[in-house]
Amino acid sequence: MIRASLWQRFAASRSGLIGLAILVLVLILAASAPVFFPGDPFAIVDKPFLPPFGTHLLGTDSLGRDMAAGIAHGAGTSLMIGLVATLAALFIGTLIGAFAGFYGGLVDNLLMRLTELFQTIPSFIFAIVLVAILSPSLSSTIIAIAVVSWPPIARLVRGEFLSLRRREFVEAAIVLGMGDLQMIFRQILPNCLSAIIVTGSLLVATAILVESALAFLGLGDPNIMSWGFMIGAGRTYLRTAWWLCAIPGIAILLTVLAINLVGEGLNDALNPRLRTL
Amino acid sequence: MTARLRFILGRLVQAVPIVLGIIILNFLLLHLAPGDVATVLAGEAGGAPPEYVAQLRHDFGLDQPLWIQLLLYIKNILSLDLGYSFRQSMPVLQLILERLGPTLLLMGTTLLISVGFGVLLGLIAAMRVRRWADTMISILAIIAYATPLFWIGLMLIVLFSIKLDWLPTTGMETVAAFYEGWDRVLDIAWHLVLPALTLSLFYMALYTRLMRAAMLEQAGMEYVTTARAKGLTERRITFRHILRNAFLPVLTIVGVQIGSLLGGSVIVEAVFAWPGLGQLAFQSLFARDFNLLLVIFFLSAGLVVIVNLVVDVIYTLLDPRIEAR
Repeated sequence: MIRASLWQRFAASRSGLIGLAILVLVLILAASAPVFFPGDPFAIVDKPFLPPFGTHLLGTDSLGRDMAAGIAHGAGTSLMIGLVATLAALFIGTLIGAFAGFYGGLVDNLLMRLTELFQTIPSFIFAIVLVAILSPSLSSTIIAIAVVSWPPIARLVRGEFLSLRRREFVEAAIVLGMGDLQMIFRQILPNCLSAIIVTGSLLVATAILVESALAFLGLGDPNIMSWGFMIGAGRTYLRTAWWLCAIPGIAILLTVLAINLVGEGLNDALNPRLRTL
Repeated sequence: MTARLRFILGRLVQAVPIVLGIIILNFLLLHLAPGDVATVLAGEAGGAPPEYVAQLRHDFGLDQPLWIQLLLYIKNILSLDLGYSFRQSMPVLQLILERLGPTLLLMGTTLLISVGFGVLLGLIAAMRVRRWADTMISILAIIAYATPLFWIGLMLIVLFSIKLDWLPTTGMETVAAFYEGWDRVLDIAWHLVLPALTLSLFYMALYTRLMRAAMLEQAGMEYVTTARAKGLTERRITFRHILRNAFLPVLTIVGVQIGSLLGGSVIVEAVFAWPGLGQLAFQSLFARDFNLLLVIFFLSAGLVVIVNLVVDVIYTLLDPRIEAR
């Protein structure tokens, strides 16, 4: 019942539906990459600089690699890094926010100072420094994005906990003699889920943008195909073959746009009172 | 006045642990980084004997316990002794001061463009809410919000520099032309157009959406009804009453934008070969010059602390209620 009405509320926003449709297409693209483009997307398949819509749907790059294969495999990379980094950030942010909001006092003070510190540091430069020091790889990209993205979540969860902490159901749980951890994770946290889901979905979009920028600067995993890497590699040939940069960029734009639209649709559906922006 | 002074002093005191935290984090990151000053120097000297490396370690205090090294590091940072870049053969402080100008020029222009146009577009959208101008502005803002910075920069180069040949592709000035005076200013301004536009786009979109939402929210407030009941004109209500209040959330984000501008300038300066701090960071990244990279990192975090203080002060000037809290 609740699920049906949630879907109905989501479906009421046209932009949310458009975003969902694009996102499903990207997911299908990512899932079908090993089927349509088996083998290594770094493999050389033809002469270099073949324009799109010839023998290869999107042409070939400066080394003769199939652009379409790169786009399809890059979809999986972007979505995977965006999702895993977001989950990691949600995990850190939720833990810190929950403990700060639940215990208050000194714990809250210390944890919030830490959050403030991480929020003050410019996030993209921080991510660059982290990847450079950990040396570029899939895991260092994910760690860097997670480390720079958790503070807003901690603040959000803390705020929710502060307001839920005084509610009657929590007092009832205290009277029942429930342990702190059980109260935090079984009683209060489920009530913050809708806010966490909305923020998390928007965070996936930001994570994908950061990942692509890192890969563009040459800080991505050298063994994994990604859209940012493709743009970085095509940069030198802007004058003769601008589509090498244009195509992967459109892929990033559409994916990030779709996730933002879905996130806003979810926001309207889950928090009908809080129609920000 | 004293209340305001006390508020500002309070904020200053609050900033101290943050700055200290940033220095400690910086120190830890420097320790995590592969290689130290001694190995870098020994590497430059070419296969130096281990005794030499040990001597260097001793000279730089690298054989001391970690906490003494940390105190030494804090002392060095606070006395602006930022070390020497052996890759660039120059003191780090001098390198940074040389590159600061172009980056501040880029950031300042970007700030003006994004706040100016963002507020203007948000205002237009809010005044024409749910009409075609609003729809167009909102759609463009959503798209700009999802566009990768480096990609739009490259596409602007393709359109305006390569295809139309209106604007220069890269650099900050036409060095070979030896322009002087106003010609040079004009030449730099010409080179500034595309980088500043690229860096502005994301925050322009953010300010547009923020401004639109804030204007619409404020328009429903009771003080607007009061103003209308007093018989004020709609123009006066919009510009004197709603606009002022709607500007506060924008101001809050300006503090955030400064930090992200520095990150964005790494990308934009890499795309447009703009000779600023971002490019220096990019170069130090690949030269594995971690001390230089981390000094830039520290300075950018310090800049955010300062800007946040300034924003807080401006806030009290715009909204007197804030001091009271």
